[in-house]
Amino acid sequence: MAAVVERDLKNAANSVAGDATISVNVKRKTFPALRDRESQLVLSNVAFTVEPRSFVVVTGPSGCGKSTLLNIIAGLDRDFEGNIDLGAGGDRMAFIFQSPRLLPWRTVYDNIALVLPDGDPRHGKIPEMLDRVGLTQAAGAYPERISLGMQRRAALARGFILEPEILLMDEPFVSLDDPTAQSLRQLLSDLWHRQPTTVLFVTHDRGEAVQLGTRILRLSAGQASVIQDAQVRLSSEERLDRAAVVREQGRIFGQS
Amino acid sequence: MAPVSTQNSSLPRPVSTAWIRSPSLERLAWALGSLLVLGLLWQIAADLAQDQYFPSPITVFGVLKREIAQGELFAHVGTTMVRVALAFALAMFIGSAIGLALGRFKTADRFFDTWLILILNLPALVIISLCYVWIGMNGTAAVIAVAINQIPNVAVTMREGARSLSRDLAEMAQVYKFGAWKTFRHVIIPQLAPFFAAAARSGLALVWKIVLVVEALGGSGRGVGYQIYIAFGNFDVETILAYALAFIAIVQVIEFTILQPLQARVTQWRR
Repeated sequence: MAAVVERDLKNAANSVAGDATISVNVKRKTFPALRDRESQLVLSNVAFTVEPRSFVVVTGPSGCGKSTLLNIIAGLDRDFEGNIDLGAGGDRMAFIFQSPRLLPWRTVYDNIALVLPDGDPRHGKIPEMLDRVGLTQAAGAYPERISLGMQRRAALARGFILEPEILLMDEPFVSLDDPTAQSLRQLLSDLWHRQPTTVLFVTHDRGEAVQLGTRILRLSAGQASVIQDAQVRLSSEERLDRAAVVREQGRIFGQS
Repeated sequence: MAPVSTQNSSLPRPVSTAWIRSPSLERLAWALGSLLVLGLLWQIAADLAQDQYFPSPITVFGVLKREIAQGELFAHVGTTMVRVALAFALAMFIGSAIGLALGRFKTADRFFDTWLILILNLPALVIISLCYVWIGMNGTAAVIAVAINQIPNVAVTMREGARSLSRDLAEMAQVYKFGAWKTFRHVIIPQLAPFFAAAARSGLALVWKIVLVVEALGGSGRGVGYQIYIAFGNFDVETILAYALAFIAIVQVIEFTILQPLQARVTQWRR
């Protein structure tokens, strides 16, 4: 098993042409004034680079602009000062949203298949992907007829079937009960180890940040900028150990 | 085990009573039964009234049979059907285009909203008269008059559909590089389909009724509306009712065989 993972890692490394380092530099992002409030500075000098195949968690208090930052990186929000360089992987990007955003009128299978171009060889890998996320039985079901946890699994499968170079994730496990969220984190971790890719993961949950990330970027509240940039020093085994995660969380975030 | 909702077909079912359980057959049985009772009441009332202007259902069906045998009925119904189809298609196409444009472009919506309300409130009779005066007393004018009556209704419904398009799904399609065609087919169309189906059903119901008035006023000599108009001139209630019955039957057949299945299909994914 370990050998397979290692070979995949090498293949992935070989397939990258040129520099796949992501560099983010958002000088200013403001929300325009509305009738009932003045224009609001959301992000101010948020600058960092991301090494290929690292799992970077962006964390910070709710409403600090994490999702806005992710939308800017994804190219969904172009109204900002600064620049984003996605490197060589920019055209192979997947985004897993806070809500699953599946097409309710297409089956689970079709939702996954639709992100691939017609006739793409990756279509052949869909059954295996469904099996890996535990949705083989639900392949023909419509999203509204399966549970939220299963919808999020489908969203994960949709992201990973692309074999993306860059994977953006915006609090993909919120509003789930704890065991379900935990099993999805485990699933994400498995998928990422099989298919190492550059991940930018937004969450306000510090435990989740430490458990999943290899590096944590902390944004401040209000006119957010990066106030902390920490490496997570946990092995794969330790990430499954609740006590070790809590210890590392304390080391990075302090005891507060 | 995943809680997927699929019909469990392996359950044993008593074959003899299975048809009663079928909801569509059950509804049909109720409809037929109530129609039968209505016909019976009509027959009794006609027998009691003994009035030449209140014919019994048996008399009306006799006229219906005669008109069918002479080929008159099918010729007139055929003419009217073609007009309905043309006016309906025209109204759906133009109304959808206008509605989608207004739903997507705020400035256009602000400007044209007043126009839409104006046309929406223009009496059908005014539209019909003007069409005949400006275009001429012919079938084209009839079709256009019916279509213009229906266009604002379609536009208003489709505008609502365009306004409710999900931004979340549009972003998803953008990030995953669906492209224009895939986005249109898999993201936009399914969101608009229920609005289109609703516009089609209410639209057809209106077009049926207006087209007869248009034909009656046009005096074109053909079409169910004109036949009813002539019958009215002779106080021939039997013919009026015979044509009305034939017309209702055809409308219901189209409703049940085309429109309802269509609407059920575009909403089948709903929970």
